[in-house]
Amino acid sequence: MKSFIKEIIAYMNARKKWWLAPILIIMIAFGALLVLAEGSAIAPFIYTIF
Amino acid sequence: MRILGISAFYHDSAAALIEDGTIIAAAQEERFTRKKHDPGFPEKSIEYCLTQAGLTLKDIDHLVFFEKPFLKFERLLETYLAKAPKGFTSFKMAMPVWIKDKLFQKDKLIKLFEKFETPGDIEDRLLFAEHHQSHAASAFFPSPFEEAVVLTMDGVGEWATASVAIGRGNTLTTVKEIQFPHSLGLLYSAMTYYTGFKVNSGEYKVMGLAPYGEPKYADLIKDNLIDIKEDGSYWLDQSYFNYATGLTMTSNKFHDLFGAPPRTPEQKITQREMDLAASVQAVTEEVMLKMATNLAQSYNIPNLCLAGGVALNCVANGKIIRGGSFENVWVQPAAGDAGGALGAALAAYYVEKGQARKPNRSADHMKGSYLGPLFEQTDIENRLTRAGAKFEVFGDNALMEETATCLEAGHAIGWFQGRMEFGPRALGGRSILGDPRNPKMQKTLNLKIKYRESFRPFAPSILAEDVGNYFEHDKESPYMLVVAPVKEEHRLDTTDQDKGLFGIEKLNIPRSTIPAITHVDYSARIQTVHKETNPRYHALISAFKEKTGCPIVVNTSFNVRGEPIVCTPEDAFHCFMGTEMDTLVIGNCLLRKQDQDQTLAEDYKDKFELD
Repeated sequence: MKSFIKEIIAYMNARKKWWLAPILIIMIAFGALLVLAEGSAIAPFIYTIF
Repeated sequence: MRILGISAFYHDSAAALIEDGTIIAAAQEERFTRKKHDPGFPEKSIEYCLTQAGLTLKDIDHLVFFEKPFLKFERLLETYLAKAPKGFTSFKMAMPVWIKDKLFQKDKLIKLFEKFETPGDIEDRLLFAEHHQSHAASAFFPSPFEEAVVLTMDGVGEWATASVAIGRGNTLTTVKEIQFPHSLGLLYSAMTYYTGFKVNSGEYKVMGLAPYGEPKYADLIKDNLIDIKEDGSYWLDQSYFNYATGLTMTSNKFHDLFGAPPRTPEQKITQREMDLAASVQAVTEEVMLKMATNLAQSYNIPNLCLAGGVALNCVANGKIIRGGSFENVWVQPAAGDAGGALGAALAAYYVEKGQARKPNRSADHMKGSYLGPLFEQTDIENRLTRAGAKFEVFGDNALMEETATCLEAGHAIGWFQGRMEFGPRALGGRSILGDPRNPKMQKTLNLKIKYRESFRPFAPSILAEDVGNYFEHDKESPYMLVVAPVKEEHRLDTTDQDKGLFGIEKLNIPRSTIPAITHVDYSARIQTVHKETNPRYHALISAFKEKTGCPIVVNTSFNVRGEPIVCTPEDAFHCFMGTEMDTLVIGNCLLRKQDQDQTLAEDYKDKFELD
């Protein structure tokens, strides 16, 4: 996790996307809630854009 | 310096190994796991690459992943944010996948690589290239050019959906790009979905279906879905699409525009689908041609390199070549995401590490794309014996003679020789061959051997020295990525009644002296066969020419619908026994269907999920 946080800080620095940090934290937290609520999901997308 | 590139976790996982800039090995994971478009970690492909080079992972200086996960996550978040609250269903499904797995791809990769060696310095050796940089590198660095304009187009990578880079020596500089959600690849995929085919594999069918139709909807597409600028750049009206934050490709507004919901795969293909296919194909060609013309004028460089999934649109490629904006056009044979593995490795070697590059002006560096596993004759014989096959062993000349005789007799022949191809096309390493003069061959191959839709065309392999005699194309096309018209003198006259036929009925009319490879619009997807890169295939076609005067064979991939192309002699034998193929040639072994133990035949047709 430590190296992940280091990586993500380096990424935001490189991309000059510090404005994304609060949104990122909220969305990840929200996403984490979804994980806890639902378990794993393999999405039935017609075209997975990710 | 040894570099291993990998593509994974999206579709078409692959691994590629280069040593001092030379491509040593490359293969797609699906060939080993037998799971079409396998998106998993390419463990078996890596294993193969290392074995081929006689190395272990410890001997590899750098491991390169073909895209940047954080950038992709950034695009996802910004897209969801821009469309919120619309897209919550998609967000709800995507987030768990990312938070549990994809966001930690670096750690995951390190753990997966550690299967090959004890934990050590993998993190220090691990690099990440950008998706379109990988595509561009796969197009430019193996090309024969010192300098080129490099155009990449696909569905989407991180942000880019199309990019233009300038390659000079060992440098590759991106000069412009078009970003998600505006994507020519996704427009094509949207129409693929709307016409009832599978996205990410059915695009080929749409391209094959297009010549049966009229581009009746092209203006409707251009007036509503896509705004094409003079330089070929474009803007898609997102209200017609649903891929950015939805679970389908197209929106209700799209369906209203075309007057019906999407065709379901069970529904019959009608003239309407053919016209829709012709329309999206025409629009795609217009964009690609405009881009090519503009790039040639802007940069004044005579060479163009292409990669990305859209570069597999060989009809458009043919038109770019014949359009003449560029003197030379080179397309990466593994233009899809599998090729990203090779591009990532090459980008690390030349761009990141600044190594010198010496392009070979007379030939590219892809070795004919024969970069996969090779099986020696003794190994083949042992494997076939273990599988229960009955075979005869021929000397080289006798083998060519006998195979050519079988071809002339109308046999469908499994042809398994040398190293497996890297990329989606079979190029005479893992191919099924037939006589192109036989008017029944197209139907036989489609319905009795490949078990696929009868409208789908087959491609010719022609001796490179004869290409200009049969097709309106006199350049090399070793990777079957160019479509060109059959020459007038080989076309057959059609009656007025024939000309009045519509849609699939057109298929029943022989259109040339080589009907099995002539599509309904007199076009063919050409592979030129070269003595230098595939001497055995060249020798076989020469033997066939000697007998019949025809320097062409039908070449289709060695698989059935939904199956990855065969990799091993056993895969080939099972496919041979499960279909109505007549003869199988593996190395110097020749197998005849009537000699085989029929109890070894299995129900092959339903074994693979349809594509």
